[in-house]
Amino acid sequence: MTETSPAILRVRDLRKNYRSGETTLEVLRGVDFDLAAGEFVSIVGQSGSGKSTLLHLMGLLDAADAGSIELDGTRIDGLSSARRDRLRNTCVGMVFQSYHLLPELDALENVLAPLMVRHGVLEWLRVRHQARDTARALLDRFGLGSRLRHKPRQLSGGEMQRVAIARALVTRPRVLLADEPTGNLDEATGAGILETLCELNHADGLSIVLVTHDAAVARRADRIVRLAAGRVDDAPQALDQSAHAGQAARRKAG
Amino acid sequence: MYKLLLCWRYLRTRWIALASIVSVTLGVATMIVVNAVMAGFSYEMQTRIHGILSDLVFESHSLSGFQDPQWHMDEIKRAAGDDILGMTPTVAVPAMLNFQVRGQWITRQIMLIGIDETTHAKVSDFGRYLQHPGNREQLSFALRDGGYDTIDSQSDTKAVTRPALEGAGWPHRRMRVERERVWREKLEADRRAGGATDPAATDPAASEPSRSVDQQVDAVLAATTTDASPVAAGAAADPAAPPATADPFRQARPEEGTKMDPAREQFTGIVPGLGLASFRDNAGTDRFLVLPGDDVKITFPTSGTPPKAVSDTFTVVDFYESKMSEYDSNFVFVPIAALQRMRGMIDPQSSLASVNSIQIKLREGADLDRVRDTLRKVFPADLYAVSTWRDKQGPLLAAVDMEMSVLNILLFLIIAVAGFGILAIFFMIVVEKTRDIGILKSLGASAGGIGGIFLGYGLFLGIVGAGAGLALGLSIAWNINTIRAGVEWCTGERVFDPSIYYFYRIPSIVHPFTVLWIIVGAVGIAVGSSVLPALRAARLHPVEALRHD
Repeated sequence: MTETSPAILRVRDLRKNYRSGETTLEVLRGVDFDLAAGEFVSIVGQSGSGKSTLLHLMGLLDAADAGSIELDGTRIDGLSSARRDRLRNTCVGMVFQSYHLLPELDALENVLAPLMVRHGVLEWLRVRHQARDTARALLDRFGLGSRLRHKPRQLSGGEMQRVAIARALVTRPRVLLADEPTGNLDEATGAGILETLCELNHADGLSIVLVTHDAAVARRADRIVRLAAGRVDDAPQALDQSAHAGQAARRKAG
Repeated sequence: MYKLLLCWRYLRTRWIALASIVSVTLGVATMIVVNAVMAGFSYEMQTRIHGILSDLVFESHSLSGFQDPQWHMDEIKRAAGDDILGMTPTVAVPAMLNFQVRGQWITRQIMLIGIDETTHAKVSDFGRYLQHPGNREQLSFALRDGGYDTIDSQSDTKAVTRPALEGAGWPHRRMRVERERVWREKLEADRRAGGATDPAATDPAASEPSRSVDQQVDAVLAATTTDASPVAAGAAADPAAPPATADPFRQARPEEGTKMDPAREQFTGIVPGLGLASFRDNAGTDRFLVLPGDDVKITFPTSGTPPKAVSDTFTVVDFYESKMSEYDSNFVFVPIAALQRMRGMIDPQSSLASVNSIQIKLREGADLDRVRDTLRKVFPADLYAVSTWRDKQGPLLAAVDMEMSVLNILLFLIIAVAGFGILAIFFMIVVEKTRDIGILKSLGASAGGIGGIFLGYGLFLGIVGAGAGLALGLSIAWNINTIRAGVEWCTGERVFDPSIYYFYRIPSIVHPFTVLWIIVGAVGIAVGSSVLPALRAARLHPVEALRHD
């Protein structure tokens, strides 16, 4: 299934350096990475291995120094900032470790934020009912139907992360990029979030890239990509076993 | 859409930003009030100056003036055509006014202006500034039989501020004459009785006024007032206009030729400025040194070369009050014919009189400068000067204009200071909101959109601040006199002393264009000072912004 599906994301020889004064830090030194449609991939690696940077580059939050990124066969690196903003808004959903909700807005408004960004005022007046229904349905699905009008500070960590996932999904993105989504949560809540992601992957066929340093979390994915010192580490690891186990489990389910 | 929503949410949750616009509000309100009051003062001053001076002044450079004003007026009429509404000749010479108060002679430096009593009021607002209602209708240099205003006719108060004018005119003159006669008789009696040696007694007013003398005077007055007035009025109607004869001095000094009865006759009438003859006491009442009916002496130069000083006696018949203290304490008006005769400005051969200047009134809407330039072309500039009333008061009007500009710049700096406050607070908000900006960028918000949030925020603050300032400023400007009364009532202090300003209320004129300009400026400063924070927010790198805590 993985082999037959066309790649949604294709990353080739991606390089990224950070300069601070005289010293240059090579974070990514030529990463190759493919994400097939409907695939759930974990990226693991130690701190500083460049996994977050890779995610940011794929999410168009940053520009690479060299290499290419293709989304559905179209290169998306080196675009103008206006087109990058547009793609970020329409094709990519992002979930972060510390939720990153806007504190001034309530749960529903946070979920609506990407749609508000997309539409101007007049357009918004036309589409807002439909947008609200979509957002409400998403929040209902995540069990937050009764907390629409609550501000982020009135929500628990798990609830905030679910609002963040709903926000990432409200634009119907091609791919969901999650950066340590369980990192700030206790085990049980984190497991709940992971369950939600798996369910989205299974039921909706959503392509997901999950960055984590937690092996247990990574095991829930179809495939694990290991980053070390800015490169994909192909050496077989103990983790691979569990990854295959995960794949087997998925095959059973499918 | 998110821009509006976030602007609104940031406003609702950040009252500190509203605090920063209080100074915008105050600045705008101050500017509106100051401009309204300054415009009011400037307008009042201009109307007064314009009212005193006619539209155009045509004058000679020399004190002796030019001959045959009628010919000049005809020439002016021919040159300027239909624009001319009225003309009147005047003679103006520097002079000295002398009058006696309680036995002391007081001398004041004045500008003695000879005017034509029938036409002068037609070219300027001169008539409006007189104190007798009859003179305001048509000026007469004959003393009036009482009826002078005790209430300032140009103010809107109904308080009697000039009680001394109650008995002014012929009644005052008769009483004074009687008082002097009684004094003289008493002195005479004293001298006959024992040869008075007290030097003070020779000066009637310097010694303590005796009650018994006052009673005598009252008794005499009671006897004389009943029969004196009709005769006096008849006698007074005429002496201002004697025929121009070969010997002017006999006419000019009636006391030398015939024995004059001061209780029934008057000298040539004059109208001095109110400031020359009165002062205002602390209670706001005008106290008079000289009243209509009193005689004064004026020393002025003759028109010969070199001029000689001559003096003559005149009778005060009214006061002139333009509320421009510069004029009110300087101008004394006399009949032009009398002044021409006394100064020797009438050519004995041709009996043509000379004048210094011709005051010209133009029709409504005529272009003053154009008519002035036309006349300057017709009359040689080395003999005649033609100037508009604005030219005459150019330095004063320019000074007021400059004062207004400087004040506006200073006040605008207040709003600029408020702008720096907004700048600082916005930078703070941008730093505080760095992570949110990163979030918005990760959701696909453009740099322009992020900047727009802060620009819109600044615009909103500016509009709210300027709007509040507008409301505050206009309500103060329109009710400034009520506010002044309230403040005076609260503190018991006079905030606006009419004795200094000669206005009874604070003038206030709101020009819509000025207000618009102030509002646009204030909003512009608010938006302008949010540009830098907005740029900073727009340029934030999304990844770094997301990492910010």
